[in-house]
Amino acid sequence: MAQVHLNGLNKVYPNGFEALKPSSFHIEDGEFVVLVGPSGCGKSTLLRMVAGLEEITAGELKIDDRLVNDTDPADRDIAMVFQNYALYPHMSVRKNIAYGLQNRKVGKAEIAQKVAEAAAMLNLGDYLDRKPSQLSGGQRQRVAMGRAIVRDPALFLFDEPLSNLDAKLRNQMRIEIKALQRRLGVTSIYVTHDQVEAMTMADRIIVMNAGRIEQIGTPEDVYHRPASTFVASFMGAPPMNLLPAMANKGVVEFAGTEVHRHEAVEGPLVFGVRPEDIIPDALGEMLLHVDIVEELGAHRLLHGKIGAEQVTMHVGKDTEIASGPLPVSLKPDAVSLFDRATGARL
Amino acid sequence: MSDANTAAMAAATLTQPAKRRRIKAATLFDHAVLILGALFMIVPLVMVFQMTTVPDVEIIKTGPSFVIGDQLDENFRKAMFEASGFSGENSGTNMLVNSFILGIGFAVGKIVIGMMAAYAIVYFRLRFATLAFWMIFTTLLLPLEVRILPSYEVVQRLGMLNTYQGLIIPLIASATATFFFRQYFRSVPEELVEAARIDGAGPVKFFVDILVPLSKTMIAAMFIIMFVYGWNQYLWPTMITTEEDMFTLVRGIKQITQVMEGNRIPEYGRANLLAIIAIIPPVFVVIFFQSWFVKGLTESDK
Repeated sequence: MAQVHLNGLNKVYPNGFEALKPSSFHIEDGEFVVLVGPSGCGKSTLLRMVAGLEEITAGELKIDDRLVNDTDPADRDIAMVFQNYALYPHMSVRKNIAYGLQNRKVGKAEIAQKVAEAAAMLNLGDYLDRKPSQLSGGQRQRVAMGRAIVRDPALFLFDEPLSNLDAKLRNQMRIEIKALQRRLGVTSIYVTHDQVEAMTMADRIIVMNAGRIEQIGTPEDVYHRPASTFVASFMGAPPMNLLPAMANKGVVEFAGTEVHRHEAVEGPLVFGVRPEDIIPDALGEMLLHVDIVEELGAHRLLHGKIGAEQVTMHVGKDTEIASGPLPVSLKPDAVSLFDRATGARL
Repeated sequence: MSDANTAAMAAATLTQPAKRRRIKAATLFDHAVLILGALFMIVPLVMVFQMTTVPDVEIIKTGPSFVIGDQLDENFRKAMFEASGFSGENSGTNMLVNSFILGIGFAVGKIVIGMMAAYAIVYFRLRFATLAFWMIFTTLLLPLEVRILPSYEVVQRLGMLNTYQGLIIPLIASATATFFFRQYFRSVPEELVEAARIDGAGPVKFFVDILVPLSKTMIAAMFIIMFVYGWNQYLWPTMITTEEDMFTLVRGIKQITQVMEGNRIPEYGRANLLAIIAIIPPVFVVIFFQSWFVKGLTESDK
């Protein structure tokens, strides 16, 4: 259990590529933080720097007030779960889990007891004498988890641990990992490119793009109050509708309709609205010309145009959709405004 | 699945007798080729074996024949336990032991050196690691025969003539083994190294606990090649060993046929039997390790 401080952490590769621009944040004791972003955004680099697998070019990394910039990974009191599990193929499950403890000169009886505990916690009891090649993907993932928890570390690091599993198993493991982390109360950093994983698992989400932190916030914050157009379009499936609008004396107009009032804005900007914040409304002033209806069972997605702009809208399965243009309106206060040039939230 | 398959195949062969006959002809042809090839390889050996069972005089008089004589026991006793040469110390048993020491020392030495060199090249951030690798690699262009005089001189000055060290050490630097292990190590996933680092395994521990066990199929393959190669060394042992108790089998057989005192007939039977004995260990090594080797190739668990 530990706090983690990053202070201006920076990574520049020898070829001059800046994988991580100077970044600072703080992780509370027992917090589950998810780093999310598209591939190549630097999230894995950041995690690997915390793990000690990548050298830190500049800045400070502290785990529990201890500066660990140059500490060996083994001495940072961390455990890491890898995307491809990285189990030792020639060792049984038992040995895989015990290996880190053996290297730390833990007594045999204690190792046996800890391995048994971890195995019980992860339902691996029947598989302890198998080789990793005899296990399914989900079981291998559990072994990797077991290897991490048996060490009782101050910090868990997860590097896209679920991306090799099929969708159903991924949902299940997601819940298991989250429950396990809750139970053990170990501070965790979890890297993923899957925004659903980020939303469902995180206490706080850190959205990254092109080596830079775009936003740090709770899942709710990030979803409802995205700090930039990038976050707005990355989080949520389908993403937020981002539409060009004009502000005139604090009145934001889109497609000839007033959509929002905001004192301090003027001129061209981008306004964003989540698909579920557009509602069918017989009195609505905007008309959605529906092109495609996506039937998703519990709800439907309507893709169409308002004016010249492509818009996606989310309706419940019981909503009757008449043919022809659909009058819609926006939920009040569900609108985000962004600077058109920089993409930053206004 | 296999049951269903064989059932389907049986049905197919039953309903198509014409096709079945054609397959049979092709099979016959294949077997004929294989049998001819096998005979081509085995007949000389059988002839050699036949000649170990008849008295040496018979060989001079009639040459190879189909007669199986009664001299096998006697020849075996002479070959394995009776000394030849001047010092009387190079019995067959002695030479067999020397050959084993050379073959195993050669193979183990090459594997150890090759693995460690490859480990350094692949896993450590060395300046000029690539250059070092290619320099090792170019030594393939300089086999022993090219450098035999300087090698001999070095060994002689170190006082290692007529010693096992002198037989083995100058030969164990191996570009081939280094190359194969390098290729193999590069295919080991990077995450495994990282997991081991986080698990607190240092460089030596990682090598011993993880890399060596992972490489065991590669080691078996290398052992087959290198043991046979070492066992069959002829030129180097001939140069380095002048004392007869250091002779290896391959080097010693020739001497027996050369010993002609007065008008005695060379001991063909004895030499031929030693030749057959010299074949047996490499054959067994290949048979034993090949099952491992194939298992390793098909049962990839990386």
